[in-house]
Amino acid sequence: MANHHHALQHHFEDLEQQFESASLGMWAFLITEILFFGGLFAGYLVYRSLYPEAFAVGSYKLDVLLGGVNTVVLICSSLTMALAVYWAHKGERTKIVVFLFLTIVLGAAFLGIKAVEYTHKFHAGLAPGNAFSYDGPFADQVRIFYSFYFSMTGMHALHMVIGIGLLTYLIIRARQGAYTAEYSTPVEMIGLYWHFVDIVWIYLFPLLYLIGRS
Amino acid sequence: MSTSVFKPGERQLSDPGSGPTENYLNAGFSAKSWLLTVDHKRIAILYLISLTFFFLIGGLFALLIRLELLTPAGDLMQSETYNKMFTMHGIIMVFFFLIPAVPAVFGNFLIPLMIGAKDLAFPRLNLLSWYLYIGGGLLAILAIAFGGVDTGWTFYTPYSSTYSNSNVILAALGAFIAGFSSILTGLNFIVTIHKMRAPGMTWFRLPLMVWGHYATSIIQILGTPVVAITIVLVALERLFSIGIFNPKLGGDPILFQHLFWFYSHPAVYIMILPSMGVMSEVITCFSRKKIFGYDFIAFSSLAIAVLGFLVWGHHMYTSGQSIYTSMVFSILTFLVAIPSAIKVFNWTATLYKGSVSYSAPMLYAIGFLGLFTIGGLTGVFLATLAVDVHVHDTYFVVAHFHYIMVGGAIMGYMAALHFWWPKMTGRLYPEGWARFSALVIFVGFHLTFFPQFIVGYMGMPRRYHVYPEEFQILNVFSTAGATILGIGYLIPLVYFLWSLKYGPRSSANPWNAKGLEWEQAGSPPETFNFRDTPVVMEGAYEYEPKIWLK
Ligand code: HEM
Ligand SMILES: [Cu+2]
Repeated sequence: MANHHHALQHHFEDLEQQFESASLGMWAFLITEILFFGGLFAGYLVYRSLYPEAFAVGSYKLDVLLGGVNTVVLICSSLTMALAVYWAHKGERTKIVVFLFLTIVLGAAFLGIKAVEYTHKFHAGLAPGNAFSYDGPFADQVRIFYSFYFSMTGMHALHMVIGIGLLTYLIIRARQGAYTAEYSTPVEMIGLYWHFVDIVWIYLFPLLYLIGRS
Repeated sequence: MSTSVFKPGERQLSDPGSGPTENYLNAGFSAKSWLLTVDHKRIAILYLISLTFFFLIGGLFALLIRLELLTPAGDLMQSETYNKMFTMHGIIMVFFFLIPAVPAVFGNFLIPLMIGAKDLAFPRLNLLSWYLYIGGGLLAILAIAFGGVDTGWTFYTPYSSTYSNSNVILAALGAFIAGFSSILTGLNFIVTIHKMRAPGMTWFRLPLMVWGHYATSIIQILGTPVVAITIVLVALERLFSIGIFNPKLGGDPILFQHLFWFYSHPAVYIMILPSMGVMSEVITCFSRKKIFGYDFIAFSSLAIAVLGFLVWGHHMYTSGQSIYTSMVFSILTFLVAIPSAIKVFNWTATLYKGSVSYSAPMLYAIGFLGLFTIGGLTGVFLATLAVDVHVHDTYFVVAHFHYIMVGGAIMGYMAALHFWWPKMTGRLYPEGWARFSALVIFVGFHLTFFPQFIVGYMGMPRRYHVYPEEFQILNVFSTAGATILGIGYLIPLVYFLWSLKYGPRSSANPWNAKGLEWEQAGSPPETFNFRDTPVVMEGAYEYEPKIWLK
């Protein structure tokens, strides 16, 4: 056998087979994720078409500025993630670590801004549950809008938190020199995951923040 | 890379008792060597043990249900208790037995062996799947311990989300976690089948068991996440009354049914497709013939996987969905019966002019053939709008799905258990007892479920613990049958355990079957399955000698 790299697992013939398997596995996982969020998006679409005015009212109460800033933050984090993958291919240890770290910082910034938004909504009585106290027009359906808002962005935030955990793991491994020009599969796979989570937000932002604003 | 060429007709390791002295079973005996194993074969054994446990619990609930229905009055339990009985029966049997059953045990054990790989693509993920399954199962057991759930296995809203006072969240969380076990298993299989095949193992040389599991895996990764998020929404509704399924706030409880059946109809094919894979292996081996219509069987699995996603509305004809929607779902449901029928015809054609022998696995396979056909055909009755409006939510539906799930899927599971038992354990089971119990199961099964078709057609609704007197005689038959069926399942439990210690040792290929797992690996196989990576030179079912070709 030509390839006896230390990262090669016993049941694969070579690193190429191992990489292809990881890659296919990750894509299959992302398809699963699409269906997972798909259930929420389907529900959102049903209720938005049932109650378009209420959804517009609810949407209007969201903070477009903070949401917009967060969109930019996430797009930047995708860039830093892509750069981390790029340097992982070259096996440049410090640069991998730096860009992974920047990605984490941007991800944390996103979550911080999100937390500020959540707090505002709680205080405004817009969080579903007993705390819900909005009683303007379409109160019940606005509540459904906010149910979707919190479940969708909450589920997205949960994915971000998991992503940050994975990036931390990558940093630890990268500092140990685990990723070289021949082998950087984990960086690439977790990169795919990170981009996926960003893309979900790219759909969430207009669907939640921008309806009825034209 | 060193390889050994797999020549047709050559049988290595086939003299009795010549299994490799070192094999996956004696590779380690500590609890740790089992609980932290990444060997797909050991994980399959872990699943086998835990599935048997859940099967017994689910069976216990079934027994209680049948006991209550012995008489028209509610003399054993109150309606609330009865609701919990059928709910826990359904939840345990569907989510913790039948959905994982064949894939987690036999898919896990056999896919790498059948395609000539050392293991699944992601061995640690495989172990994680087992732990998720156990975690979900423990939550379900906790839900039982705290007093059970009463929503039906279908968790219909708004009852489950707003009104039920039982342990809905615990049970739902259990199903949610077990769902991820199912997703990860499917993902593992897909990658393994794509990327780990031995040299020469082309797609059309794959055993049909592998095709069946491939189709199943597609459903698992596409359907399960949808029910997962739906369960999350039900839990959120209970915790925070988010309103999505609550009509008081303008939410739509029917949306739950759509999302639930979008998964759960395809999920019925998660339960049957792997057993269909087993069928193709067993039928060919015991009629000593090449499978009839390989391509058709392979592609009909994929067709079922795809079409299965388009028919969920046939569970909702009476839910108030529009009549035109129902008509479309009705037509699509007729369509999905076609690939199922194709398989039945092909297996039957395989038997034609074969040298059929009636060993226990074959008895189960033949049982499958008949029972699945009855189940499938009554499915077509149910797909017919006008008929379904009458028999929906009656015992007719209960009989329909038990013919497929017990008569089809579990028959396939039993066939697989007998067929590959020598491979998995290195021991032979007592054939006489096995045939006897196959017969007992067959008789018990019919006696249990055939009367339910009749009583359902006469109008007995499902999910009630009291019923009018005129239905009693048929219910007595059914309970008697269930008792026989129960005994039929207990006999194998005894002789399989017996055979582990006292059964004669098996040769590598006791059935003289085709396939890498029989011809190239020992019984039981060694830890990395093959000493050298096999090279495949022929299709999966070359049972007939090819002399006439010359
Ligand atoms: C061969 C094609 C099949 C057709 C045409 C078919 C058709 C149907 C229809 C129309 C219903 C709805 C009846 C009602 O609720 O009024 C139904 C229910 C059901 N079917 Fe099938 N079916 C087929 C195969 C299967 C298979 C393979 C399985 C399982 C392995 C299965 C399991 C079930 C279950 C569990 C239910 C009832 C669920 C519930 O309400 O609790 N079916 N089927
Ligand atoms: Cu269905």
